[in-house]
Amino acid sequence: MTDWTWLVPLPVVVPLSAAGLALALYRRPTIQRIVSVAALTIVVIVSAALLVLADDGPLVVDVGDWAAPVGINLIVDRLAALMLTVSATVTLCVLLYSLAQGQEDDEESAPISIFHPTYLVLTAGVANAFLSGDLFNIYVGFEILLAASFVLLTLGGTRERIRAGTIYVVMALLSSVLFLVALAATYAATGTVNLAQLAIRLPEIDPGVRLLLQVLLVLAFAIKAAVFPLSAWLPDSYPTAPAPVTAVFAGLLTKVGVYAIIRTQTLLFPEGRLDDVLMWAALATMVVAILGAVAQDDIKRLLSFTLVSHIGYMVFGIALSTDAGWTAAIYYVAHHITVQTALFLVVGLVERVGGSTSLTKLGGLARLAPVLAILFFVPAMNLAGIPPMSGFLGKLGLLEAGVQVGTPLAYVLVVGSVVTSLLTLYALVKAWNKAFWQVPEVERPPTRLPFGMVGPAAALIVFGLGLTVAAGPLYAYTERAAAALAERTPYVEAVLPDGKRGKGVSVDVTEQAASDAEHGDDEPEPEAAGVAPADEAAPAGTGAGG
Amino acid sequence: MSPNLVLVVAIAVLFTVGVYLLLERSLTRVLIGVILLGNGANLLFLVAGGAAGRPPIVGATPEGQMSDPLPQAMVLTAIVITLGLSAFLLAMAYRSWQLHRHDEVQDDVEDRRIARLAAIDVRATTDADTEGTGRSIDEEAAEIRDETDEGAPARTPGEGER
Repeated sequence: MTDWTWLVPLPVVVPLSAAGLALALYRRPTIQRIVSVAALTIVVIVSAALLVLADDGPLVVDVGDWAAPVGINLIVDRLAALMLTVSATVTLCVLLYSLAQGQEDDEESAPISIFHPTYLVLTAGVANAFLSGDLFNIYVGFEILLAASFVLLTLGGTRERIRAGTIYVVMALLSSVLFLVALAATYAATGTVNLAQLAIRLPEIDPGVRLLLQVLLVLAFAIKAAVFPLSAWLPDSYPTAPAPVTAVFAGLLTKVGVYAIIRTQTLLFPEGRLDDVLMWAALATMVVAILGAVAQDDIKRLLSFTLVSHIGYMVFGIALSTDAGWTAAIYYVAHHITVQTALFLVVGLVERVGGSTSLTKLGGLARLAPVLAILFFVPAMNLAGIPPMSGFLGKLGLLEAGVQVGTPLAYVLVVGSVVTSLLTLYALVKAWNKAFWQVPEVERPPTRLPFGMVGPAAALIVFGLGLTVAAGPLYAYTERAAAALAERTPYVEAVLPDGKRGKGVSVDVTEQAASDAEHGDDEPEPEAAGVAPADEAAPAGTGAGG
Repeated sequence: MSPNLVLVVAIAVLFTVGVYLLLERSLTRVLIGVILLGNGANLLFLVAGGAAGRPPIVGATPEGQMSDPLPQAMVLTAIVITLGLSAFLLAMAYRSWQLHRHDEVQDDVEDRRIARLAAIDVRATTDADTEGTGRSIDEEAAEIRDETDEGAPARTPGEGER
């Protein structure tokens, strides 16, 4: 069999290199565009290939050929591959959309030369967080994508964006510090930050300390994923950014947090001692945020609230801690990335035609732009969960999984998610009616919709519908992904084939590794983990480089 | 092994002061708070690395006396990241000063909106007249100041705006 592991680092390496190239080419916008589009197309192709390959078992790369627990490793299992494919497709569509917007508009409102490099760095950061098999490298991935998102959110440095950006940046920095504290505590307790090795060592430490680590990690990720009550920053900061930026943030950034929660909860803390807390948090996220959405007048803020609300569904699936729950949660993440991004892209078009995002000012768009009415209607119904679309399938899976668990709390969550679904439908139908049917205050001149912007938005909507058509195989795939998550051994064995070291070469330790590593595993002390100090310097170079 | 008490106390102080500054309105103080918190986390990493030892260079130090280099590598990475983000935050504070002549973190638009609705409710129960103020929420949010701007340079309209 051919060795395909060389594909694994490409989703990180290609966009990062392209970002450098795009920055160097800032005077040549045309070439810059070609570089960006080509890089993201490569990422989409590679991700799709990885999606197929990872189905046969996880692919592991020990970066720099340093053996796993000492060096950093990248790993693609089914969950990571699926996330990667969906996110790559979404980022490509949004890039094409923003290119068209850049050509239609002037420099003020549309992407400027810094947009392309930053956008590519963001993509690399997201891919790095998905691929990493090392907790510290996940932190680096988060920081890459956050730094890029700061720049994108404050693009142009207008009053409104600086105001929104301040809150966003401070929140993000706070969650990063929390993550760092969690990392330090994890290292102090176990002497490693490698996910696979943590999975082996965490059961051996004191349960109280383990719970503390779990709480710290969940807290850090919950801020990024915008789980209530840590979600208040999101609806205020996202809507001010340019439409494509909001779209890609809404689709990807919170989902990276959700992915990190799934990964750590399943792999590191399988006993699920926080499940009840997460259930209540999920319920509060769904209900409180959707009530916020119902009360909104601005359509972008309305969508930001539905975004927060539907994070609750994913947390619900994770907190169920059953195969069925995780299956549905993973499917729901894929569905939600697509549909939420599509909605924000369409709202960008609505703003273009209607000249506003306020629902009281908008009106009569059904006559002005009938295509737009359909483009908004389809993903809106998809989000609300109208059968037979993917939103319905994901919610149905979650409800089934909840009923299977059958505890009173699970039933409360089932009722809560149905209510939330109905309220989502109410909020979106109200928005659609107001924007497209109500009599406008002032008649707007008809605006031509550029095909370059409609095309990518429509492609994303079709991709979302494709998740329905391909729901059978896709749901089976997420089922297998969830089964592997529950089993845990495939992941650990792929990284550490003999339970001690990865496949990479470690100079001068290869012979003594076996005896030393045994010693190291008996005593999970920081000192004991420093078996081969020369090797341990490896993450320094790789980490700092990231 | 018991951790170095001086370091633990230093971490506690850094985190306390950092959290206090983070709750301030002025972005510059928030920035200092973030830096202190970051340094606290870095010291925590050093404590996590176990007892201090000699330089971890093969050949120069016997293996038993080496300090653990992995947390140091992580701290270096964290320092680099904190530096970059602090620079960005500084740039934002400066931009905010250019635009508003102050660098305060402003209120959430939503909070203003709720406050305004509440105010209308109060008027509705006391008055027959329930007219809004006719200003947009953004304008109101931009004007919100608090006691920390005492002594700030007076706002000169037009200056520093693009």
